[in-house]
Amino acid sequence: MADIAVSRAGTVNGAGGRTSLHRLMQRKSTVAFLMALPLITVIVLLVVYPAIYSLHLATLNKSMERFVGFGNFTFLFGRETFWLVVKQSCIFAITAVVFKALIGFVVAHFVHNIPSKGQRKWRGMLLVPWVIPPAMSTLAWLWLFDPSYSAFNWILALFGIDPVPWTGDAYWARFSVILVNIWIGAPFFMIMYLAALKSVPEQLYEAAAIDGATWWQRIWYVTLPMMRNIIAITTLFSLIVTFANFDIVRVLTAGGPLDHTHVFATWAFRVGIEGGDIPLGASVSLFMVPILAVAAWFILRDITKRGNEA
Amino acid sequence: MSGSRLSRRTFQRLAAGTALAAPFVRGAHAAGKISIGFWDHWVPGANKATTDLCNEWAAKEKVEVQIDYITSQGNKNRLTIAAEAQARAGHDIMAMPSWEPHDKAKLMEPLDDLMEPLIKANGAVNPTVEYLGKADGHWLVVPATAGSQIKGPCSRIDLLKEHAGVDIQALYPAGSPPKADAWTMDAYLKAAQACHKAGFPFGVGVGGTPDSVDTAGAIFSAFGAVLVDAKGNITVKSDTVRQALDYYKQLMAVLPPDVPAWDDASNNKWLISGKGAAIMNPPSAWAVAKRDAPKIAEQLWTHGAPIGPKGRFAPFVPYFWGVWNFGRNKSAAKSLLLHLSQASAAEKMVAASGGYDLPAFEKLTLFKTWVEEGPPKGTLYHYPNPYNHQVLSMAGAPAPPKIAVQIYTQAIMTKMAVRHFQGEAMEKTLAWAASELEGFMRT
Repeated sequence: MADIAVSRAGTVNGAGGRTSLHRLMQRKSTVAFLMALPLITVIVLLVVYPAIYSLHLATLNKSMERFVGFGNFTFLFGRETFWLVVKQSCIFAITAVVFKALIGFVVAHFVHNIPSKGQRKWRGMLLVPWVIPPAMSTLAWLWLFDPSYSAFNWILALFGIDPVPWTGDAYWARFSVILVNIWIGAPFFMIMYLAALKSVPEQLYEAAAIDGATWWQRIWYVTLPMMRNIIAITTLFSLIVTFANFDIVRVLTAGGPLDHTHVFATWAFRVGIEGGDIPLGASVSLFMVPILAVAAWFILRDITKRGNEA
Repeated sequence: MSGSRLSRRTFQRLAAGTALAAPFVRGAHAAGKISIGFWDHWVPGANKATTDLCNEWAAKEKVEVQIDYITSQGNKNRLTIAAEAQARAGHDIMAMPSWEPHDKAKLMEPLDDLMEPLIKANGAVNPTVEYLGKADGHWLVVPATAGSQIKGPCSRIDLLKEHAGVDIQALYPAGSPPKADAWTMDAYLKAAQACHKAGFPFGVGVGGTPDSVDTAGAIFSAFGAVLVDAKGNITVKSDTVRQALDYYKQLMAVLPPDVPAWDDASNNKWLISGKGAAIMNPPSAWAVAKRDAPKIAEQLWTHGAPIGPKGRFAPFVPYFWGVWNFGRNKSAAKSLLLHLSQASAAEKMVAASGGYDLPAFEKLTLFKTWVEEGPPKGTLYHYPNPYNHQVLSMAGAPAPPKIAVQIYTQAIMTKMAVRHFQGEAMEKTLAWAASELEGFMRT
């Protein structure tokens, strides 16, 4: 529609290059493109270029002097630690996203049921973990989980409970990094679900109530179908961000103990920057792409299908 | 009127005179500009000594100096080095952490012409500096005073005496050579066990950060345990490695249970909290204690490492100054590095850092700062290894640096120690390590 909104004056008054340019500038799509150009430039410089460059790096040997094709990837497939990182990244991302979605869903319902007068206050407070820079809030968590001086352990000791090795034991360390990720990310789900809840027409609930639907049936047959798309989009977005997480693991455990909390980004940093093997680091970080692409394809296909059905 | 006119002949004479004099006219920055990326020192005020030395040189040589102090927090300095190496542009001089010179060897300007006179004047450098700073017989870098450190033991005088019967000041008396023949790995273990029993365990990190790895390197070396030899052969399945792991198992039994999760701040906190009898660290822990817990600081003594079956090894972590071969002002860069490496310059840096910084040259280990710093007076006397009774070592050595850096950053030695301590069979731990080491062989 926008592309055919051409000024009539242009066709009447002028001819040649000047008229064409004038006509082009009159198009809404041209104006939109020009307005988006600064952002496009930033994305090209800071996202597209590094992405292409990392693809190039991933095909080089360790000293970055020789093209090795998929050599770095085949090397990784033979490493025990790499598969440990793959497993951990999946455990980390899937567990965190599931819990963030569940907690976000439940809290969104609580907030939705608060009278609108006090709701803004609660919404603001619940968003705090999400708006604090993660590196900063994770530092506070690090203090709470400190191996020797944990505030949590101090409280547990008051009840006569033995100290928990929050970051010293492999399984507790995994639990700790996932917990912090959930704490930071759940408010995002909450606010998205709250927006979706507010858009569900009240009449549907009234009709369900007349039909004698129970609380669970209203959730299952009204709320969830109406929220499906937003749940799918939020899950996809969060899955991407959680898979690519760096700061929480880096600050809290630096991948330890015994590599049991490394995710792709932290291990890529360890191998690439700290270990001086930039091509291998680039290959590790690129390994996320196919996993996320497959997830994105399934989720977006589902959304498109439902859109077509509608 | 005519007398004031400039004739053609007068003009020619003046012009010729000006042209001849031009090379001798020295403006404020006649010799150009130089940019430097120095390491941003932990110790407040320590950067000032370096800045003053650079300015002193700049004024003499008429060179404009631009200094950036780049922190190692979050590996920012290493990221800068990686970026400059990729871009083939950046500072003229760059301060480099231990493993960087070999990694960037092809981009470094050889500095043999600096190192030869420096070694002649200041004495030999220790083998670790040579291992990390030299490739194919050429010096890639010069050892930097600022940032270089020995991570030897720092112990509580009172607690060791009371609970372990060790008079550490008698073993390492201020102002005279160590009398440390009895300070063996067994004696260290027994002292750790006694202090643990008394409720003041030694705090030796077994995590994945440099402090833990450096300590592991020295302990492994004391047993002669080498994971990869100098030729690049994997030698991890050896009796010496088994001995080192067994020693670690006994030691970890009397360390705080959370040591596998310790980072580089944990040992400092452990000592300052008053809970621990000893740690392995440069004097920064003592310096912080002097500020935050002066009563504890008064009881701290920095001393040498215990001797093992294959010798007495102390972890040494050098910093280097290098000149990029794509730098714009290489001759000025070399001249400045020569100035910064003089004994007088090193002494100023040591004083400004409260004794933390360490020149790598043999004759520069008896500065006034180490003799006089306190309380207790003389606590830093043995820090710079003044009698050369310890071998200053690097974890991962003697493997070729490109392999050793992986051993170091992936903390293979501490991971082995933790695995074995947590009940994994010795041979399984060794097989795991061998598999990891095979992965480090790629070029």
